[in-house]
Amino acid sequence: MSDAPRFFDELAAPGGAPRPPYAGYCAWFDGEDIARLRRKAADAERFFRRTGITFNVYGAEEADERLIPFDVVPRIISGREWARLTRGIEQRVRAINAFLYDIYHRQEIVRAGRIPERLIARNEAFLPQMIGLAPPGNVYTHIVGVDLVRTGEDEFYVLEDNARTPSGVSYMLENRETMLQMFPELFSHIRVQPVQDYPTRLARSLAACAPAGCPGRPVIAVLTPGIHNSAYFEHSFLADHAGAELVEGSDLRVVDGRLAMRTTRGFTPIDVLYRRVDDAFLDPLNFRPDSVLGVPGILDVYRSGGITLANAPGTGIADDKAIYSYMPDIVEFYTGEKALLPNVPTWRCSEPDALKYVLDNLSELVVKEVHGSGGYGMLVGPAASKKELAAFRAKLQARPANYIAQPTLALSTVPVLTRAGLAPRHVDLRPFVLVSPKGIDITPGGLTRVALKKGSLVVNSSQGGGTKDTWVLEE
Amino acid sequence: MLGKTAGGLLWMFRYLERSENTTRLIEAGFRIALTRASNADDEWASVLDASGARAAHGQRHATVTQANAVDFLLRDPANPSSVLACIEAARNNARLVRTALSREVWEATNECWMEAKRLLARPVRERDLPEVLAAIRQQSALVRGALHGTMLRNDIFNFARIGTFLERADNTARILDVKYYVLLPSISQIGSPLDNVQWENILRSVGGLRSFRWLHGAEITPLGIAQFLILDGRMPRSLAFCTAKIAANMGYLEKEYGARHPGHALVEALLGRLSAASTEAIFEAGLHEFILDFLSDVAGLAAQIETDYRFYG
Repeated sequence: MSDAPRFFDELAAPGGAPRPPYAGYCAWFDGEDIARLRRKAADAERFFRRTGITFNVYGAEEADERLIPFDVVPRIISGREWARLTRGIEQRVRAINAFLYDIYHRQEIVRAGRIPERLIARNEAFLPQMIGLAPPGNVYTHIVGVDLVRTGEDEFYVLEDNARTPSGVSYMLENRETMLQMFPELFSHIRVQPVQDYPTRLARSLAACAPAGCPGRPVIAVLTPGIHNSAYFEHSFLADHAGAELVEGSDLRVVDGRLAMRTTRGFTPIDVLYRRVDDAFLDPLNFRPDSVLGVPGILDVYRSGGITLANAPGTGIADDKAIYSYMPDIVEFYTGEKALLPNVPTWRCSEPDALKYVLDNLSELVVKEVHGSGGYGMLVGPAASKKELAAFRAKLQARPANYIAQPTLALSTVPVLTRAGLAPRHVDLRPFVLVSPKGIDITPGGLTRVALKKGSLVVNSSQGGGTKDTWVLEE
Repeated sequence: MLGKTAGGLLWMFRYLERSENTTRLIEAGFRIALTRASNADDEWASVLDASGARAAHGQRHATVTQANAVDFLLRDPANPSSVLACIEAARNNARLVRTALSREVWEATNECWMEAKRLLARPVRERDLPEVLAAIRQQSALVRGALHGTMLRNDIFNFARIGTFLERADNTARILDVKYYVLLPSISQIGSPLDNVQWENILRSVGGLRSFRWLHGAEITPLGIAQFLILDGRMPRSLAFCTAKIAANMGYLEKEYGARHPGHALVEALLGRLSAASTEAIFEAGLHEFILDFLSDVAGLAAQIETDYRFYG
């Protein structure tokens, strides 16, 4: 290793001068009083509480509605950097949709020997019910949140493809709204690409995916598990801003072969259902019989082409962590191009050589459960105690195929406001991607998650992470 | 609109109205206790009756005292109709129907809840009681203000208003039900000092003392009170006023949806009975019976509205 700093600092170039995207912000910041900014930060928190931008913590008391901490310093990306990123994201999302179509039809990629069959056939996220079914417009992942991490000037990696029901977009929007209210002067000086039309774009994109033969303006509804779900705020926010109905399973019923919602005037058919309920709970007749969150028979309506489900059932196979390691092959197989955005190197512990390497280097690696999410059930080697390492070692040996391992990434840092002024903290980025037959639409920016604890590399909100407004500058 | 949303709106405003009415009852009870004009503990027992909390209170406390009655009515978790529980229920319904509310209405409701939680985090000291009650009522007034100032006059608004007036009609009738005996003896035109305090207190419980004086001067009589709280269409908490409002809001729904339901016939019949009634006739046939019939009619109407507009399953 050279003696270059270990982590890429997005704010400051070596020597300390701000990098170009931050020049305007830093000029403004230098004229500001830290105490005033900290008061503003407290205002922001009150604003979030009053607006009810909270999330429920699983297992916590019902009264425990928490705020995701918000940091008032924006994360800034140049227009040029963003343009490059969007090309990579678009390529990847196209490949994911082509992959899903293939996996549920001829499975050419398996026949070609590029992906082992067992990874598909024995995968819990693979839904046999989807075989041979073509969703309206052949779109599987209507909404994707691609998690990116940055490690250098031109180094971005895809950490995860959230192809099921990515959340967090409401925070992207409310963070911007908050910044506009608190620092209007910044936005008149610095030209930031807008994100506020996301709900309109979402509605448009979903409408373009309506079943063939849907007359006039499609009826769109957002399906939520209910007010106790941790992301309920987001569900109601999106329904509200996209002009969609917010429904629960108990509002829905299959009537005359259509999915319909119970209104004050009787049952009204729905054309597009943006569901924020997992596959397994979607239809008690076809999946988990004990589910009360879904609608009996909805999958039969889907099969007969009577409704669009966004995202399609069975998309989880594409963001499975075991499949993830094959993404470079997947991109190449379907687009004929090299992947523009690299994967994080990944060891599949199901392979004996990889397992040996992982066990030998456990204290250097991050180990994740293949089906896990949200930062639960993972091991961050460098931060783990001897005891934790030993316990994880045993788990790995018992069920190697259940794990993948990755190097501990040197996540870039972005400044946050602390009592002493600006201080670097590690971040990732989740841009939001909309897919319809009319094209792929990526909102400039996304959700920046930040590990607020000094030195921490875990950005999940369930593990003490916060969020920031993300600016993409106009070129 | 979803049936569930209509139900959520109606209940959101029922709960808000109930919390407001309970604060008024507490305020009137507190006042009568201070004036020591009658046995204060009996007074608190009748306040508990009027808010339908007597039985639940009895399970929690062997006797009725001001301290335990006020705490029970305001914030005791064992009381599902406490002011705090009602505001929380209103706010939960607001979350459920968030997409039907303007940002202002939602934020006012959320703030009302945050403020009530803060004010009622601990038992309220006697000296703080008037201020706390006023602060809570002000919060719910802000919600109503936001509703009037920012919401479309469509079905959403109508369900919210129907909820408000169903609850208010029920509450006023309950107060009359608990106090009817005070109005009965002799129907004399001039009461004893004790009667006067009791009569005043009834008016206070519905926040109507001043309006009564504007209309009737200083002289408070049982017939005057009954006329005012049952039949006077100008008094915003009278049975006639509330029923007329429900009928009007249901009429707007009929027009908007182009559909008439059994509930429309019920509300029109009830309104007809009230318009045809006179205080003299009500007293002759029995005030108590009249109130009981009214309460049951309102409950029946609420159930019919639930069915007519498919609130549940």
